[in-house]
Amino acid sequence: MLENKDYKVIGTRPIRHDGVDKVTGRALYGADFQAAGLLHGRVLRSPHAHARITSIDTSRAEALPGVKGVVTAKDLPDAGDKVADLGEGAVNLKHLCDNILASDKVLYKGHAVAAVAATNPHIAEEACTLIDVEYEVLPPVLEVRQAMEPDAPLLHEHLKTTSLGETADEPSNVASHIQHKLGDPEKGFAEADVIIEREFVTGTVHQGYIEPHNATAHYNQDGQLTIWCSTQGAFTVREQVAEILQYPISKIKVVPMEIGGGFGGKISVYIKPVAALLAKKTGKPVKVLMNRADVFEGTGPTPASFIRVKMGATNDGKITAAEAYLAFEAGAYPGSPVGPGAMCIFAPYNIENVIIDGYDVVVNKPKTAPYRAPGAPNAAFGSETVVDEIAEKLGIDPLEIRLLNAAKEGDRRADGPVHPRIGCIETVEAAKAHPHYTAPNGKKHHGRGVASGYWFNIGLESSVTINVNSDGTINLIEGSTDIGGTRASIAMQAAEVLGISAESVNPSVVDTESVGYTAVTGGSRTTYATGYAAYEAAQDVKRQMIVRAAKLWEVDEANVQFADGEFSSINGKEEQISFRDLCARLGETGGPIVGSGTVNPGGAGGAYATHVVDVAVDEETGKVDILRYTAVQDAGKAIHPSYVEGQIQGGAVQGIGWALNEEYIYNAEGEMTNASFLDYRMPTCLDLPMIDAVIVEVPNPGHPYGVRGVGEVPIVPPMAAIANAIYDAIGVRMTELPMSPDRLLKAMGKI
Amino acid sequence: MPIVAIPSLLRNLTNGKESITVPGTTIREVIDNLETRYPGMKARLCEDDRIKPGLAVYVNGLLTRGSILESVDADAEIHFLPAIGGGIAAPK
Amino acid sequence: MARRSHVQTTLNGETVEFLCEPRQSLLEVLRDELHLTGAKEGCNNGNCGACSVILDGRLVNSCLVLGVETEGKSVETIEGLAEPDKLHPIQDAFLENAALQCGICTPGFIMSAKALLDQNPNPTEHEVRYWLAGNLCRCTGYDKIVRAVLDAAAAK
Repeated sequence: MLENKDYKVIGTRPIRHDGVDKVTGRALYGADFQAAGLLHGRVLRSPHAHARITSIDTSRAEALPGVKGVVTAKDLPDAGDKVADLGEGAVNLKHLCDNILASDKVLYKGHAVAAVAATNPHIAEEACTLIDVEYEVLPPVLEVRQAMEPDAPLLHEHLKTTSLGETADEPSNVASHIQHKLGDPEKGFAEADVIIEREFVTGTVHQGYIEPHNATAHYNQDGQLTIWCSTQGAFTVREQVAEILQYPISKIKVVPMEIGGGFGGKISVYIKPVAALLAKKTGKPVKVLMNRADVFEGTGPTPASFIRVKMGATNDGKITAAEAYLAFEAGAYPGSPVGPGAMCIFAPYNIENVIIDGYDVVVNKPKTAPYRAPGAPNAAFGSETVVDEIAEKLGIDPLEIRLLNAAKEGDRRADGPVHPRIGCIETVEAAKAHPHYTAPNGKKHHGRGVASGYWFNIGLESSVTINVNSDGTINLIEGSTDIGGTRASIAMQAAEVLGISAESVNPSVVDTESVGYTAVTGGSRTTYATGYAAYEAAQDVKRQMIVRAAKLWEVDEANVQFADGEFSSINGKEEQISFRDLCARLGETGGPIVGSGTVNPGGAGGAYATHVVDVAVDEETGKVDILRYTAVQDAGKAIHPSYVEGQIQGGAVQGIGWALNEEYIYNAEGEMTNASFLDYRMPTCLDLPMIDAVIVEVPNPGHPYGVRGVGEVPIVPPMAAIANAIYDAIGVRMTELPMSPDRLLKAMGKI
Repeated sequence: MPIVAIPSLLRNLTNGKESITVPGTTIREVIDNLETRYPGMKARLCEDDRIKPGLAVYVNGLLTRGSILESVDADAEIHFLPAIGGGIAAPK
Repeated sequence: MARRSHVQTTLNGETVEFLCEPRQSLLEVLRDELHLTGAKEGCNNGNCGACSVILDGRLVNSCLVLGVETEGKSVETIEGLAEPDKLHPIQDAFLENAALQCGICTPGFIMSAKALLDQNPNPTEHEVRYWLAGNLCRCTGYDKIVRAVLDAAAAK
């Protein structure tokens, strides 16, 4: 068991290494990339939600002066019925390609159909309007329950439901069914004194990163393709582009520029293969940028869902059984996060009898993409509201009922595996002890709510190389794009091993030819797994330095130890040399030192969060104001507490937006009617109070410093916490997201 | 011997049994031995001698690399679950 | 292509000249003609504030100003804020408070904060929130940004 011990670097708050570049405007993001002879690409998108493409005529666009090339799906290699191996499970290659440029059908408004490269962006935009596309418009399927009806129009004629390796006979819009079953749910419900069953509906929401997608591609005459872009993972871009273009990975170099937010939305590629096609066609570097409407309509949001939750408990508050039905909209192609939703839904509790069914369903909306703890917020909105209602029925404090049933080490998750050491109880206890929870809250139409959440976190592959400098500093080479201060949190772990300051590490995020394979910045894995690789690389450096010290002193390696930044000799000679001084003597003791570390750790410890929120409901307008917000979370070990707090605060606020404002609003034709930041209303700072982030540290035994991923779980509790607070304020249970003023007025019977 | 938790959707193959104890020192051996006792099991878990895309293998509560070559202890507990990668739910 | 106009303006204290089409925004001119990419495009319709600059002392979204409109005016951008050997106090406060994550909105927030503190050196928390409501940040939840601006005000 890891203990929280005293560290020299870990737990401190140094200035991030890339900070000065980012406050002075010098940091280069994808759209900032420039090259001589650069062309500008723009994408033509479908005006229909569901239609067959009958013809595409690009001749008028090609004739426009300044246009250098036009591409359509015909320029993509034939996908056939191949399965693309993206290293993280396989996807149907035709689906992958069709989402880049539609071939036979368009499946959502905003679906890419063609693209133009021209000498300036305005000409490219103009040329897009000159491409003649004829469509045979089909009826759209816009909602998950409608899509599951037996007579619903089919998006894919050949899609059949799979259930763990078994495929249905008839095609449908249901791509897959998953199920987890534990114990005997029927018996569990029979033992319950109170049973609550409720249905929930959540809307489609977007990650809302401020930087639109971008990509610049260039083909050399020798076939070498280089792509400069914003991405959560340069290696996954390389894999996806290689599959889509059927091109060898060794011929593709991906250079990750700084990235302006992702939250899961910058893993899938959209315009990167398009830029590559245009570059090939024109022989020039081509920069393709999305505008904001493109981002809303043409990239993956997180799914709308229909959820039914049933839970039963005895009079003394013990939850005896739980049942969930989760139907998630995958968007145009299979692959919603219903799997993680099903894994997380009851994870804060130890329940003996559970059944969870999940359905992945295609609809005529953009193919969904991950968004911060994908699937878990939808699920927790249902389960955490039902737990609140059970607590209310039984007259038990809502945090007390969570403590009574809290999951702990050794308990079995509903999906099977047994929990390792987790901090569920600790977050609930910290929330209960927080002054916020005991502060008076009695005003009319003011309410307080709580909710908990879980995210399992992931490990996956990371590689780090360390080059030792003669002045006692190190250059740390990594492949994890830095979205929220991970250069610092990774560098600090190497610094801790070597007994040097955080400032003595120069971290660089490099391209796919300059570092070992590294999976995406996602799954809350970067500080955990790439930090772990940095730890291993630093250990490698340390071992090599011990050999050098032994050589210097002519002693056996076993007689050299390293502590507090000093190498010293034990047994006999009394020698001592600092890390820094030994760095100056590498030349004479054997030459440069390069350390390396690669990991694929399985012990990413799951993270728990418990949030407390106070709201005020305006009875006249239905508007909900957030008065006070406290977010408690188990970070395992907070490497750089400021950036852990930042993750907690940012996740909570995205959750507040999801709870109160954010949704894709569709008309009957399947057109999103609010595809701008003005109409898709994300929270501004005027909508919010300070967010009190409380870090609990229950070290993760699966990491040398006890790190758990922190990025995702803070978005899980807010929706239910706010719904529970609204109930406390006005006595109405909200079961539909977002809880916008019109829905509140309806729920209160005012309209 | 390792214990395999049978996913509920595969329990039609095991007459409703929720867990099966089978010999094996690797995931491949375990699956082969499962197949001998419950024919049809391998086709649901594997494709071309690899774990099916979209499936993840947990051994003793830890996510493995999903390789059938993964070795397992004598008292290992093995789970087959929907795969999650990089925040991506790997679709089939 | 439309005929390009000649424009002379003052940019971060220096006189600059450029050619631009009438349809080009100040944001496009800054980024594509003058290669100052600190101002970012997040929406190109005035909703996100990532392209905020100061025009004749007034905070504007540079995506909503035409390049030709800056003739004879004075433009301040993020690139002109720091001194050669010293950051501006607002920049320091953002670093000290960890008030940025991905950093794409940061130049816009810093320019907005400068415009605020230039006219109101001691704002309340509410005044800071009111003033910065035109700048979107999706990473931080704004907590540390608001604290950074209040700290910068106190440090002055």
